[in-house]
Amino acid sequence: MTESANKFLFAIKSGWNSVKAKFYGNNFLLLITVVLFIIMYTIEMFVFKSINYDKLQHFLDMLNSNAGLIVIASGMTMVLIIGGIDISVGSQVAMYCMMLAVMMERQNINFYVAITIVFITGIVFGFVQGWLISYLKLQPFIVTLAGMFFARGMTAVITADTISIRNADFAAIANKKLIIPFGSYINKKGMTLEPFIHPNVVLAIAGLIVIYILLSRTRFGRNVYAIGGGEQSSMLMGLNVRLTKLIVYTLNGLLVAFGAFLFCLNSSAGNVEQARGFEMNAVAAAVIGGTPLTGGVGNVIGSFAGVMIQETINSFVRAMSMSSWWAMIFIAALLALFIILQSVFAAMRKKARKG
Amino acid sequence: MNDGVWRKFNKMTKSGRLLFPLVCLFLVLIMNLIVTPDFFSVKIMDIGGEPHLYGRVIDILNRASELIILATAMTIVVSCSAGTDISVGAVMAFSGAVSVWFLGYGVLGVNGKFSVFEYQIPYAVGIMTALAIGSLCGVFNGFLVSRLKIQPMVATLILYTGGRGAAQLFAGGQIDRVEVLSYKWLGNFIPGIPVPTSIFLAAAVVAITAVVLRYTALGIFIQSVGINNKASRIMGLRSSRIVLLAYTFCGLCAAIAGLIATSRIGAIDANNCGRNIELDAILAVALGGNSLSGGKFSLGGSVIGAITIQSLTTSLLAMNVTADQLPVYKAIAVIIIVALQSAELKPLINRNLARLTGKAVVK
Repeated sequence: MTESANKFLFAIKSGWNSVKAKFYGNNFLLLITVVLFIIMYTIEMFVFKSINYDKLQHFLDMLNSNAGLIVIASGMTMVLIIGGIDISVGSQVAMYCMMLAVMMERQNINFYVAITIVFITGIVFGFVQGWLISYLKLQPFIVTLAGMFFARGMTAVITADTISIRNADFAAIANKKLIIPFGSYINKKGMTLEPFIHPNVVLAIAGLIVIYILLSRTRFGRNVYAIGGGEQSSMLMGLNVRLTKLIVYTLNGLLVAFGAFLFCLNSSAGNVEQARGFEMNAVAAAVIGGTPLTGGVGNVIGSFAGVMIQETINSFVRAMSMSSWWAMIFIAALLALFIILQSVFAAMRKKARKG
Repeated sequence: MNDGVWRKFNKMTKSGRLLFPLVCLFLVLIMNLIVTPDFFSVKIMDIGGEPHLYGRVIDILNRASELIILATAMTIVVSCSAGTDISVGAVMAFSGAVSVWFLGYGVLGVNGKFSVFEYQIPYAVGIMTALAIGSLCGVFNGFLVSRLKIQPMVATLILYTGGRGAAQLFAGGQIDRVEVLSYKWLGNFIPGIPVPTSIFLAAAVVAITAVVLRYTALGIFIQSVGINNKASRIMGLRSSRIVLLAYTFCGLCAAIAGLIATSRIGAIDANNCGRNIELDAILAVALGGNSLSGGKFSLGGSVIGAITIQSLTTSLLAMNVTADQLPVYKAIAVIIIVALQSAELKPLINRNLARLTGKAVVK
């Protein structure tokens, strides 16, 4: 009798432990993020009703202005999953925007040729960083820190001026409005405003989906997760760790160039100071979305939620007409919170597994 | 005594620890001497009735003082935690901004005026607040790294962004001037002394650190934690406390550097104070022959590295490279140095050489 009771208790205990382990997992962090976003967004909708924050267009504007960040954050997620980091993305964005601007405005190069050159530069940049990290086993942070300063310096070498882009092909894409058939409203002047998105949002979402499928449905994606979880064991298992890392960083370079193009569609200019601190936003988006910095876990959907949370904070700060450095402080605080939460959850998970 | 020092120096250069940084410094100095023949001349100039030492070398040492202080702290951080503190520049700005805010409390930002003509609290208290704020930032970083086991560079990334934002907040988004004569002493000259004060400060920080590490067991402890954290803990060292101490020291040093930087221009410019200096500090540590993956360290190497970098910066600026473009050269230098340090480089080259020569033989 007592024996079966003991068995029963043991079964309950182990079952509870596995539930606890799941509960403390990173899906839980993603859940926190999504719930937090919904709460913050709902509050914002009610508080700032007077400036149309409750309309669909506000949500679409958040997408419109963050298309580049969405792509770059998903590239960053991939790099974080493999256990690395890339903090050169902000400077790279500035450099690619400047290259686009100079090529199209000063040298009259065709729009499509300019884009191709930028993409190739991105691949080369990513390849060099990836080669240094994977084949020379240098610390990713040091290499990409150098990359960050290199790219920012190169932007100044190209030109120190601010150039706005007026190329016809470019402007046609940048200013095109894709009308959404529902959610239109009539403003105070009696005009019907139809909600719209720019093409860069479509491109960004397409990029996001491609990376999501690449990471979760292909052999390459499985390899990335395996290597991030344990490099030694993956190597013993027969995976080509160095090549996979190199491919990830190269692909990330391409994604940064793509993100920079989308960013440029939004800003339509080249400037040395552009996208400063962008790397921080990308890392913060990934971390807030439940990708720990230790590698092996994470997904790009979370990073998307992370981007949207940050933009909610930004729009809140804008609506309160506070200074922009408040947004910096809020995002840093949120990042600190999530990093600490992850570390606490990791410790709890360890405990739950042992218990 | 002198003989012993010389023997030790010989030993160190021969074992290669200090040879590399010294060669780099030598190359930069030679380059400078060719470009400007009067590079080493030092004169005493009379500026406003005060004797001031004047010359390129003095200038470089003066400008390098913040970097020397930061490189000293960074060496210890790198040694014990195998990671770098990238928040030092932001902490510099933050502590400088807080001290100026306290010195001008109630005056600054009122009626749209951003100048302080009179200390509102004693100067010493202002300095103390800066040092306290710097140490607090260090404790925050150290707590994240040592207790929560977050990678150092990621943990310090929080203050890297947040710190500058907070500095802007205290400075009110403006460049706050302090128009009191004694405020400029730290970064310039104290009346009657011809040598810039910051050189003394840098020398003091390096000397105190070196003496403490040399004559207590702390130096050994730090290295042992850096080489193997777990083993040190099992051996009975409080590893996490040592790491916490190292980061606190780094915060303190960043505050000292921040005080010098704000005092030098007599104002706090939260956007540009200590900007990009973290790369220089890391570069100085790497140039000094220290491995960025922790363990053994040489303070002397880092100091030489810091002076080398400042000479390089000064000479590049003299060659009409703008401040915006400087990072390109420095980034290339960092990559070359860390690539040369990499243990993977030699086998890789050998393998490829063998493959090449092998193919040549077959043909």
